[in-house]
Amino acid sequence: MNVAVNGIGLLAPGLPSWKEGRAILAGTTPYLKQLPPEPTALILPPNERRRSSEVVRWAMCVAQEAMEQAQVDPRDVATVFASSGGETGVLDQLCTTLAAPTRMISPTLFHQSVHNTAAGYWGIATACQQSSTALSCYDCSFVGGLLEAASCAGLEHRSVLLVAYDLPPPTPLYAARPIEVGFAVALVLSPDTLPISQAIISLTLSDDISSQASRVESADLEHMRLTNPAARALPLLTAIGTRSSQTVRLELFDEQRVRIEVSPCP
Amino acid sequence: MMTPLVMSAYTVVTALGQGLSATLDALRGRRSGLRPCNFEDAAIKTYVGQVEGVDSFTLSHELERFDCRNNRLAWLGLQQDGFTVAAAQAKKRYGAHRVAVILGTSTSGILETEHAYRSRDPQTGALPDWYASRYRYTHNMFSLSHFVRTCLGLRGPATVISTACSSSAKVFATADRFIRAGWCDAAIVGGVDSLCHNTLYGFSALQLMSSTPCRPCDRDRDGLSLGESAGFALLEPTRSAGRRGALALLGYGETTDGFHMSHPHPEGIGAIKAMQASLQRAGLEPQHIDYINLHGTATPANDAVEGKAVSHLFGDRVICSSTKGWTGHTLGAAGITEAVISALCITHAFVPGTLNTSLTDPTLTHRIALENDYRPVERVLSNICGFGGNNCSLIFGRLP
Repeated sequence: MNVAVNGIGLLAPGLPSWKEGRAILAGTTPYLKQLPPEPTALILPPNERRRSSEVVRWAMCVAQEAMEQAQVDPRDVATVFASSGGETGVLDQLCTTLAAPTRMISPTLFHQSVHNTAAGYWGIATACQQSSTALSCYDCSFVGGLLEAASCAGLEHRSVLLVAYDLPPPTPLYAARPIEVGFAVALVLSPDTLPISQAIISLTLSDDISSQASRVESADLEHMRLTNPAARALPLLTAIGTRSSQTVRLELFDEQRVRIEVSPCP
Repeated sequence: MMTPLVMSAYTVVTALGQGLSATLDALRGRRSGLRPCNFEDAAIKTYVGQVEGVDSFTLSHELERFDCRNNRLAWLGLQQDGFTVAAAQAKKRYGAHRVAVILGTSTSGILETEHAYRSRDPQTGALPDWYASRYRYTHNMFSLSHFVRTCLGLRGPATVISTACSSSAKVFATADRFIRAGWCDAAIVGGVDSLCHNTLYGFSALQLMSSTPCRPCDRDRDGLSLGESAGFALLEPTRSAGRRGALALLGYGETTDGFHMSHPHPEGIGAIKAMQASLQRAGLEPQHIDYINLHGTATPANDAVEGKAVSHLFGDRVICSSTKGWTGHTLGAAGITEAVISALCITHAFVPGTLNTSLTDPTLTHRIALENDYRPVERVLSNICGFGGNNCSLIFGRLP
């Protein structure tokens, strides 16, 4: 499956955007561990922005950055939103309320608790009526989303926005899912290579697990890769950032690897 | 136009009973699975389609870590109609790495987390010790596919799609893409959703839940009834499993409304586009559809908007009904539940009516069947619309 990467969005500690993060991942600018800027999610209508969870704002922020580079009308772009835990902050609030005697839960919070909340908000913000899928593959959610998005782009000949994101869950849930820092990444995949294309990626699935999954050099970023499911994108982003032909291997559970041939676009 | 995918095995467990035979008997006998809600200590006046027997066993041995209501319901589903045998045959035929597991759920095993939040440490607020190691295998969305591929010994691609009510309809589309992409040769699709306090109190807070058994398309309908369900299907390409008359997925269409998180688009634009896309992919015209299984939740808004959308494409020609009066709205499992009911309509030459509905809403212009009908059914279109304005239409029929 061959698709072009026509836009990238990034938000993580020390990686405030793809624009700045690209040079950091390529090794030309040093990585400095620092909090990312608070995502503004300006694409959301004011009402939705006011109600939106932090998870939604992170997802909107990277989606918007990627779409701005891709030069495509968002109304024509199908979406895939991949997250291990989705709206953990909202679920914490709902479960806390349900454990209290009155159990009066907020209707707004309830409809924001679904796994496709960010996907739904993106659709509302862009008036997009294309297909939208939200999924989870636990630690492999990024690669699961990549398979879904690439097959949709390649087979249905359409642009697809992939957004992968996970934030640290609130305190009581953190013990069960210790995601230490937030990470969000977006890719706009297209069947066609355009002048703005940043790379072409070729995906194959392999049962050969003798070769290790790709890592990243920086110890800080490697730690991030191992502790946030969305950060499993880092080896692919690094390969694209260095503008060299490389092979990246991402784990698909314990049994398979997704082999990605990355070819830079001039 | 797509190459159809053969649905070579399928099953479902709902409040109507376990497996195809119990489901068919209840549909033909017009016996609803909806009962007054006595789920745990939920204090809500409503009717639910609760599956019997989910509480009467636990998952043990290597499956113990997955033990929760949602996965127990999944396990019950896998045991019906020889489904595990069919899955084992597919594994032998294609190889464990070549059979994908693509399932849908909206709330997974969140009930475990709800229980944990009732047992927080009064001083520290910490969740009980038993919970931390169980989250991954119960509440996390992926636990459903993790559980099912573990049960079936499959090692291929796996994912859980969670787009609220459309979850286990969209799995059919993803399976088609994964097979065409060459990432697998066959796929186990389906979905499981089980009762929990989040959905009971949530739909109650949204004032979308009826205090009586739901009455889809009724003039006096006042909301939905929740249900729970586990359903599975084995999808195989026609090149390896196709034979004349085999039941198959002929088309699918996926769209969004881009309008509101919990209200459908007033003109049903997203639903219209999903039905159009499914017809186009199947290479069919509206007149080729014999029966439409409506999303038909019995909320005032859903049934009115879906009716507009169906009328726009089909006028009043095609028989439509909602089976939610039997099963309740099984949320993320509604897609597979109604896919299996659609299959039963084709294989048993039968159209279910709309249970509990006595007086059709006169403002609805599509052709709503209230009574069961026995007639040949070649092709069924099944509609699902969900939160986040997420729509999916599926078309099932026989291979020529």
